Order: sequence, then C-alpha cells, then structure tokens
Amino acid sequence: MTASGPISAEEAVRHVESGDTVMVGGFGLVGAPLTLIDALVAHSDATDLTIVSNNIGEPGRGLGKLLRQGRIKKGISSFFTSNPEAVAAVNSGEIEATLVPQGTFAEAIRAGGAGIGGFYTPVGAGTLLAEGKEERLIDGVPHVLEGPIRADVALVHAARADTLGNLWYRHTARNFNPLMATAATITIAEAGEIVPVGELDPESIATPHLYVDYLVASS
Amino acid sequence: MSDDSKVAIAARAARELRPGEIVNLGIGIPNLIPGLLGPDTQIFLHTENGLLGVGPRPTDEELDPDLTDAAKRPVTALPGASYFDSAASFAMIRGGHVDVAVLGALQVSEQGDIANWAIPGKDVLGVGGAMDLVIGARRVIVTMTATSSTGEPKLVRECTYPLTARGAVDVVVTEHAVFRFQDRSPILVELLDGATVGDVESETPARFEVRLEG
Repeated sequence: MTASGPISAEEAVRHVESGDTVMVGGFGLVGAPLTLIDALVAHSDATDLTIVSNNIGEPGRGLGKLLRQGRIKKGISSFFTSNPEAVAAVNSGEIEATLVPQGTFAEAIRAGGAGIGGFYTPVGAGTLLAEGKEERLIDGVPHVLEGPIRADVALVHAARADTLGNLWYRHTARNFNPLMATAATITIAEAGEIVPVGELDPESIATPHLYVDYLVASS
Repeated sequence: MSDDSKVAIAARAARELRPGEIVNLGIGIPNLIPGLLGPDTQIFLHTENGLLGVGPRPTDEELDPDLTDAAKRPVTALPGASYFDSAASFAMIRGGHVDVAVLGALQVSEQGDIANWAIPGKDVLGVGGAMDLVIGARRVIVTMTATSSTGEPKLVRECTYPLTARGAVDVVVTEHAVFRFQDRSPILVELLDGATVGDVESETPARFEVRLEG
C-alpha cells in the first residue's frame, strides 16, 4: 500500500490487536521506532503480543517498557541478553522465547517479505538452535531448513520519509528496518523528518512506498 | 588475566591479518585490535549491524547516535565506508565475503569446534551473530586466555558448553601459544611470553602436534 500523509502515533497503534505478531525494527535502541513503541505503551491495550525484534529493548527502554507491562507473550530474537529483565521473564516462564542466529533472523524476515517459503543455511547446524529442524547435506555441508518470518504489523523507523511513505535510513540505524517493512500485513513507519514528495533522491530510497501503510512523525 | 596479557593476545592476533582483508571483530580482546594496527594497514573492518569501514571511536563532537558497532558502542565511519541492512550484512558473512572473524571463546575443542555463546543452565538466550560469523568467515581466529577465570582449561578434547559450530576454528591465540588447525587438528606453532611446550601441555587437555615456526 501507500501511506497518505502522516497520522498520529496514537491512531497508528490502533492497528495492533491482541494476539498479533509485531515486528519492531532496530539494533538495540539504534534505529528502533521509539515513538511508536511509546504510543503502544501509552495508548493501546493490545496484549498477548509476539514480538519479532533483534532485542527486547533494554530495561525500561524501548520494548523493555512493553515487557514491564506484561503484554508480551513471546519473543523471537537473536539477543534477549541485552535486556536482563527479558532474560528473567523467559527464565520464570512469563514469556516464551525463540532464539534465532542473527543472520538467519534477518534472512527469514527477508524471505517472509519476498514470498520465499524457506531456505537452507549452514548456520546453526549441529547446535542447540537446530534441534527439531530438517537438516540436509548440500555440497557435503550440513544445512538447516529455516522458514520465513512474517508479522501482522511491522513498526519501523527511518531518518526521513516523504508523504507517500518512501523511506531513507541513516547510518547503522538502517539494520532490520527495511526488511521488516516488507514482511508484515500492515507496516507503520515513523520518520525523524517528513518531506514533500519529490524531495528524496530516488536513488537513495531504501524502502519504496508500496511497503508502507501508515506514516508517523517521530517525536 | 591482566590487561597487558589481553593486549599481548590482541597484538599477536593482529599480526595474522593481511593488507586488504575484510575483518569482523568480536567483543572483548578482539576489540583491542584496531588500536594496535598501524595507520595504513589497509584492513577494512566490517560490523554486522551494517557498516563496512569502521573507524576509530568518535570524539565528543563526532558522536552520532545512529553510528555504532555490534557491541552498540559509538564508532566513526572511514572514507570509503558503506552502510547496508542486516540481511545484506549477513549475506556478506555467510557468502564468504568476510575474510576473517576474530572472536573470543569459552571453549575450543581439538576438532576445531567452538563454543562461545552460551553457558549451560545459565544463559542460552543471546546468540547474536556468533554462529553466522564462525560458519561464514573464511578464517576464524579465536583470541582467548588459556584458562577461564575459574582456572578451567579452554582448549579441550570435547566442548562441554553448547556449540557455536563444528570444525570452524583456524587459529587460536592465547597468552602462551599460537595454534593453527590443519585438517581439524591443532598444531602448536608458536610459544609466547616465555612459555615452554611443557607449560602449554600442562594447561591444554586437547591433544596437539608441535611444529614450532621460525
């Protein structure tokens, strides 16, 4: 779809419903959609959420706020460890956890957005993280079958957007954001700056607007 | 383990790097390497959160919250640097485009297996890019102290900690020795800091050949 000008963060997070799988961009807090997360914390009562994000924020910051509210049912991440409260919540059984090697996590989201039904990777073969997964030898090397990851809603952050929803990322704040923008039924993007159509250099747009459903200004 | 020993391990590992190579550095000892490279070494640092061409730590004026390494510490980007998303970054790693990964380990086995992400029953919730890097990088250099902080040897016959990957290690540098793996078995090639072969044998349960270089 295509965004039609910015809406408020409060309005945007109404699209998140209880039981949803929600992708959240960012590597730690770098490139995380903090305005949208704060709106989810303050203005939504959606609960039992499955969160797909590289980390579950930090204690009391980013997704760490949603964790403290007890609204996360499950996390799919490569590194829960950056939030000791998330580790404690997993260990106490308060939330479920699926740990995925970071490259597999990224590729599974890419596959989810690209209509690919899965892929074989050598990463994880013969380790705890391959348990229960199909393995096969490819050119003599053990590979593991990984499925795609998709979500109901993706929350992403860009440094700059135009009003159609074309997105431009900055430095290492790009990370998982362009992948997640492709892999959800509804993609909500927040941007540090929103400019008129035509002002972004078409060569530098990393996320074309067809992926973006709603646009919000970062606060 | 003193800081001097860590610097010595890092300095010896740095000598394994060759001009023109693309290198990914893990946290801990490997992160001492940038400060030990000369100014014109032509080594390009890759960080899996999406940057090739990592530069030195920023000054206060250069500090940019959108620019960090994989340990989430602020960095700079050198001229010629490029940014990319996480899928592209790991495609570079798995695709064999990153020449070297230098990283720490909890255990390395005599088969070249590596365990560096989890302690059984304690922390199996953070893997990050460790598995991708040891599988994908063309050479894997492990920098680690010979024994853990509780005195347990780290170059062992079989890893008892959860594996990161099998048969992935090429070089191990400790404060006392350099081992190279050939056909998945370790060869002691260099003694460091006045250590003898006997010293290394006494702290190393793994079986190894001795073929000292130079």
